[in-house]
Amino acid sequence: MSQTLETAPPPVERTAEPPRKSLLTILLERPEIGAFVAAVAIFVFFFAVAPPFRSLAAFSTVLYDSSTIGIMAVGVALLMIGGEFDLSAGVAVITAALTAAMLSYELSLNLWVGAIVALALALTIGFANGWLVMKTGIPSFLVTLSTFFMLQGINLGVTKLLTGTVATTNVSNMDGFDTLRTIFASSPFSIGGFTLRITVVWWLFFVALATWLLIRTRVGNWIFAVGGNAASARAVGVPVKAVKIGLFMGVGSLAWFYGMHRLYAFSTVQSGEGVGNEFLYIIAAVVGGCLLTGGYGSPVGAAIGAFIFGMTRQGIVYAGWDPSWYRFFLGAMLLIAVVVNLYVRQYASSRKVPTK
Amino acid sequence: MTETVTTPTPAGDATGAPLIEMTDVGKAYGAVRALEGINVRVDAGEITCVLGDNGAGKSTLIKIMAGLHQHSEGTVRVDGEEVRFDSPRQALEKGIATVYQDLAVVGLMEVWRNFFLGSEKRKRFGPFNALDSNAMRKTAKEELSKMGIELADLNQPIGTLSGGQRQCVAIARAVYFGARVLILDEPTAALGVKQSGVVLKYVAKAREAGLGVVFITHNPHHAYMVGDHFVVLKLGRMSLDAHREEITLEDLTALMAGGDELETLAHELQRSGVASADVVKEIEAVEHPHDRPQGTQA
Repeated sequence: MSQTLETAPPPVERTAEPPRKSLLTILLERPEIGAFVAAVAIFVFFFAVAPPFRSLAAFSTVLYDSSTIGIMAVGVALLMIGGEFDLSAGVAVITAALTAAMLSYELSLNLWVGAIVALALALTIGFANGWLVMKTGIPSFLVTLSTFFMLQGINLGVTKLLTGTVATTNVSNMDGFDTLRTIFASSPFSIGGFTLRITVVWWLFFVALATWLLIRTRVGNWIFAVGGNAASARAVGVPVKAVKIGLFMGVGSLAWFYGMHRLYAFSTVQSGEGVGNEFLYIIAAVVGGCLLTGGYGSPVGAAIGAFIFGMTRQGIVYAGWDPSWYRFFLGAMLLIAVVVNLYVRQYASSRKVPTK
Repeated sequence: MTETVTTPTPAGDATGAPLIEMTDVGKAYGAVRALEGINVRVDAGEITCVLGDNGAGKSTLIKIMAGLHQHSEGTVRVDGEEVRFDSPRQALEKGIATVYQDLAVVGLMEVWRNFFLGSEKRKRFGPFNALDSNAMRKTAKEELSKMGIELADLNQPIGTLSGGQRQCVAIARAVYFGARVLILDEPTAALGVKQSGVVLKYVAKAREAGLGVVFITHNPHHAYMVGDHFVVLKLGRMSLDAHREEITLEDLTALMAGGDELETLAHELQRSGVASADVVKEIEAVEHPHDRPQGTQA
């Protein structure tokens, strides 16, 4: 060992170089870090206490459950980064699914027609939410709370009116069903012994797309700006209204997508469902590091947030506990996430890099 | 002024039309008249200082120039051509850039993203247009060092910079994006003495670069240090319009301190026993300055 001492490198001179951030600082500056640590801890926890959780099949189920929250969480996270809320996101999913099913059935149309009309409707709901928020200046919390109740009423009312029950008729024998099912809810396929559901693939695709959009495009820059400081954004020429309305429509289109999954996975839609899910999406985004005040967050974080809920929802079942505890966990997780994010962000943004 | 030729002189003529010329401009918000009879011109390579107390109409004036508000009376000409801006973007297209008091920066976003916000550089990425973040980082660094601002890390959120640094980034941004007129809304209001000095240096630099600068302030000392032309607003009207050689710092200070109103107030306070006779004398000395000027920083 004595000879290696002589070749020890001289102290690095980096006075001319910008001071390098430590790995810890870089990690702590990521919005996802809190959620990531929590996800690892929860995974280890259920791995330890619930033997059935350890199988690959269980992991596949967890991923599928996560994707059903995660797809919507992508749109909701972008919207939150843009500084707005959408409480109607949960029931809008059902509105889209009901529209597609009942329109095609009642008018004996190809299911594709129903799907396209449902997409148009979902985009219109998103547009209406965004336009009202922009036009009136009323907080999106209130505007979308109104939409939430209206859609909930429409979902039940129209379904009862048309079918006489609270669910749509089974559409599995209609034209276009097989193709649409392949797209939105194809049967699980196996990759190297691991069973994968199509929604997981779509989920990862949407997360990647949203991340690229946010980090690498002009629109992404604008989303951060309208959420961080809408007045400043407007002053430098960012089309604030268009960006925000676009984000609401993004949530609408994902609501349609997930609605299609529900329709083609179960062939029928229960009109009273979806209520409460809007909070799951928002909590996933917040746990993933999105700031409630906007301007900060990441779709990857929201994905980790959704994964945490998928793990817990299934983990509690695998552990043989009363699933009621899942709700308690949901609330506790949100509270912890908000507090942790607050401190992490203060720590990260208060570290001034010295200037020359 | 009645004989002034109204036909617009061709732009680009060095001695021709001013960059911005406001004639009898007024603005009413419903029944409230915020501005009335404003005549201001902004020339290239000149700093026009607009001074006034809170509520004097300074903000309204610059909002009209910047395209955030529309004037309800009079005419605004840019390069001799009458304009009426519907949005800040239209003003920007004419080369009128505004650096607001709140700087129009987004605190949580990186310095380079803020620098290019609203005018991002893009490059083809397959069928899409993606941000050219490397070029933007490089350009932002170059432009900032041209203005003498050296930041170690352009990836830090702009909210972590000091007030003076943020102000300078905002000015550098406006200059880079081809501003011909730079409107600065109270750039030194929230700053300490040293940082104010740094900002005033960049204001002077912008003039040297040939820009027309509109410098809004309520600090006559800062205005007098760099200004070529001074406009004082009072209750939405112009109470002074003078070139540098026509006015002294003492005059400007007295005018800004409130002049007659302040003296009247002092006498009133004396009568009601709040202020002593000494205070009134002191105030009179400021208003009729024959010895040293008194600081009037807010």
